[in-house]
Formats: sequence, structure tokens, C-alpha cells
Amino acid sequence: MANKNQKNNNICGGLYTKKVLETFKNPHNYGKIKNASGIGKVGNIVCGDVMWLYIKVDKSEKIKDIKFETFGCVAAISTSSIITDLAKGKTIKEALKITKDNIITSLGGLPSIKYHCSVLAVDALVEAVYDYFLKSKKEVPADLQKKHEIIQKSKEIIEKRYKKWIK
Amino acid sequence: MKNIYLDYAATTPIDKRVLKAMEPYFSIKFGNTMSLHSFGQEAKLALENSRQVLADVINADLNEIIFTGSATESNNLALKGVTLALRKAKATAGHGHIIISSIEHPCIIESAKWLKKQGFQITEVPVDKYGLVNPEDVKNAITNKTILVSIIHASNEIGTIEPIAEIGKFCRNAGVCFHTDASQSFGKIPIDVKKMNIDLLTASSHKIYGPKGAGLLYVKKGIILEPILHGGGQENGLRGSTINVPAIVGFAKATEICQKEMVKEALRLSKLRNKLIREVLKIKNSHLNGPPPLKATARQSHPKKRLANNANFSFDFVEGESLLMQLDMEGIACSTGSACSSFKLEPSHVLLATGLKPQEAHGSLRVSLGRFTTEKEINQLTKVLPKIVKKIREISPYGK
Repeated sequence: MANKNQKNNNICGGLYTKKVLETFKNPHNYGKIKNASGIGKVGNIVCGDVMWLYIKVDKSEKIKDIKFETFGCVAAISTSSIITDLAKGKTIKEALKITKDNIITSLGGLPSIKYHCSVLAVDALVEAVYDYFLKSKKEVPADLQKKHEIIQKSKEIIEKRYKKWIK
Repeated sequence: MKNIYLDYAATTPIDKRVLKAMEPYFSIKFGNTMSLHSFGQEAKLALENSRQVLADVINADLNEIIFTGSATESNNLALKGVTLALRKAKATAGHGHIIISSIEHPCIIESAKWLKKQGFQITEVPVDKYGLVNPEDVKNAITNKTILVSIIHASNEIGTIEPIAEIGKFCRNAGVCFHTDASQSFGKIPIDVKKMNIDLLTASSHKIYGPKGAGLLYVKKGIILEPILHGGGQENGLRGSTINVPAIVGFAKATEICQKEMVKEALRLSKLRNKLIREVLKIKNSHLNGPPPLKATARQSHPKKRLANNANFSFDFVEGESLLMQLDMEGIACSTGSACSSFKLEPSHVLLATGLKPQEAHGSLRVSLGRFTTEKEINQLTKVLPKIVKKIREISPYGK
């Protein structure tokens, strides 16, 4: 499947798939959630992509509702929409298993230059779940803590790279 | 509704009159200009007639026009050709110094970067918030090592028309070669290489309803160039390659038409463009990038500092690629300076040079009008744009 997507990308010369464009045109689950259980905020407006992901988690730790707000390109909006579809109804444990490749596959492929948008969506979900643990004063699992730290670290690297622009 | 094309600064469709002029040169008058027989002579005649048209339009001499395959090639030839020839001539004098502006087209910037690797020094003169180069800055940047100044005539992104004649004068006085990239201005505003003190000038065919694959470099008599394409001696040995006769014939025809219709067309386009600007700026938190347009009058048919066909906007809290694609889904084609739409993932260097923050450049939209643009099309754009901007802002975490 991944190979097939790759091939399609090459044929289109890195343009968007039909599924990406459809998702972009009619994104699902955008907006805010009041009293969200957790909010994940990733990206930087200077770089051109910002994704905020809101989750509402019920007692059985299922993601009952999920919404996004995104400033960004076609790929960023599509990956935001797709991750809400993929995560909705899953337990947080299951939701954290969603990978960038799941997102890319669900979109029928992404131009390789836009892969970072799928990473951004995964990171936003990780951060939202992390925020849920903090807010509900539960102990953060070790692997989630690690993921959170990696995201924060890469954020620092990006901000360093764009230092001349970020004031 | 038919798709609406508002990206004429990217490229233009060939005018039917141009296509008709080109047609015989594909299959009937197909000769090689370097052949001595009648087929070759026929092609050679077409080439030289075209050269004459283009020379006349910019007040140059016949043998001062070199045809190339594109404006990119012309710009490469200008920068590399002049500097490498001078280095050869002054082999012992060390490497030279080149001045460009901060809003040049990538083919100038990349050529300059390459020359830097070869040991040349590069200075980038800044622009003001409207994208204007101050000629005094160029004058002050010139040192005794400066061998070439290259400043764009009109910006492809924000339409700013640079004070080329004044810059040229400073260069002439300092004995420095002066090149201008007129890809966007040629055919749209008058150019006189003598009056404007221009030593080298780049022009392009496909920006003015001619075919792709033809460009020119004006080289003032006495300026020595080192060729880039070595070959069979075409274009005075400065550009080896079989002459692309149909494209050049088309280039000349396109130029003739533009020249004839220039004043009327600039007046028509600036009126449409100004209407567009008035309407678009009614959208909340929208801004015009580049110089403010002057009111078009019959006497002042083109604004002094902005191309008549260019408008460039920024919308706060909106990302340009999304905007572009939403417009495309409505059948309207424009362009953006957003990082997300560039292969380098960097926002437009031109907009940044005018002092815009990256997030403002991300939200930019270039609308470039042309010969086939109608008022109805502009109305359609101003009708759908506010809705699209609103929708994107609804999805965005900012600006509510």
C-alpha cells in the first residue's frame, strides 16, 4: 500500500491526492471544545503550520469528542481532519498508536515535502493526551512522557532554526 | 462558469495572432538559420526580422540582441557572462564585486550565489516597505571592485517598478556594468535602454502572450560576455544552440502587439486592478502588499511605481496555500508567497524584504491580470474571496 501511494505521488509530481483535496474542502470536526479534557498545541505560525487539537475524554478513557483548529496549508488541514476521524471513539491508549503512516495512508498519500504535516497531527494528539493526564492529575505513563519530551525538543530545534524570524 | 485565470505574472496564453505568425515556421519554413541554402536563408531572415522588432522596441541596435531559451537563461548569461569575462580580462586583479537587490527573481539570486562560490563578492541592497530600491543605496554600495549591478525592473511578486534610469546613471558614472531583469515589465511599460542607461536587459516571451522557450538578452555594444552554451557559433558565438525560429517569431509578434496596445491596455488593467484592490481591502484584516496604485488617467496610463496588472494582498490568520486551493476549487487561479507552497518551505523573500513578518507572507495572495481578464472575472473573485477567507479563519485557531 505504501509503495502504491509513493508511486501515485510520483505520477502527480508531488501534487495532492483526490482524498486530500476532498478532506481539505470538507474537513471534519473543526472548531473548539469547551471544557476540553486536554488540548494539544503544536507548530509555529512563523513556519506556517499551527495545529490545536481538543479532546474530550470520558470515564472509560475513550475519546468521546475531538476537534481541531489549524492554521496551515492544504496538507495541514487534511491531516488535522483525518486524525480526528481516526482518534474519535478510540481509547487514549489506542489513539496513541496512530502513526504518521496511518494518516498518510488514509489520505491516499501525501507529497513527501508535506510529510511533516502528518507528523504534526500525531504530535498534536500526543500533546492533547499529555495535557489530559496533567489536567486530570494522573500519572503520565513513561512512554508518553518520552514522546512529549521529543516533541518539545524538536519544537526548540525549529524555533532555533527560525530564530531570525521569531521575536 | 469558465475557469478564471488571474496568474498572468506566472505565464500567459499565446495570443491567437502570435500563434498564426508562428505557424509556418514549424513545418513549412522549418530551416536551420545556420544553413546556407534557401531553407536556411528563409529561417535566418525570419530571425533577423524578429531581432529588428525587438531591438527597435527598446531602442537598441540589431546586433545588441541575443536570443536565448528563457529569461532565466538570459539572467544567467548576464551575470555569469559579464563577471567571468571580466575576471578573465583582469586575471590578476582578483575577484570582483556584484550588487543585486533583495527582491530579485530566484534565477538572479541563485546565479549570484553560484558566483559567490567562484570567489565573487555579493552585496544585496535593501528595499523599502513598497519594495523600492533607493538608487543612493546602490551608489553607496559600489566599490572600486564592483563589476556588475543587477536590479530587477519590476517585481514579479508585488509589481514595484524600480528607478532603473537613476540606478543606471550611477552605474554609468562609476563605470560599472548595469543589468536589469525586465521579464515582468517588458511589453507592459516603455523601455529605452539608451535613456535608462541600461547595459544589459533580460526580457521574456511567455509573459507577454508569446510562446515559452524564447527570451532575450540585450547587450550594449562593447560589453564582453563569456558564453555559457558553447556550440555552433549562433548568436555571435554567445549562445550555441539551433535557433528556435518559431518561438522567436512568436516573441517578436507578441512584442509588436504589446507595444501597439500598451497604453490602452495599461489603462484598462489598472482600472480593473484598482477596483479589485478597493473591493478586497473591504475584507477585515486584509492588506495590500507593494506600492499603492495611482489613479489611472488617460495621460498617466500606467502607475509610476506599480505594474498595472499586479495586486498582492495579505490576509491575517490565513495561510496562502489553503487560500490558493480554495480559490482553485472555485475555478480561480492565483498565486501565493506562502512557505507551504514553495518547494523550499520558505516564505517569499520579496515580501520579507519589504518588512513583512513570515506569518504575514504566509497569508499572501498575488492576483495578476492580463489581456483576457474581464470585469466579470474580477467581480467573481471579489464575490467568492470574502467567503473563502472567512472559512479559513473559522478553521484557524487565530483571529476570532
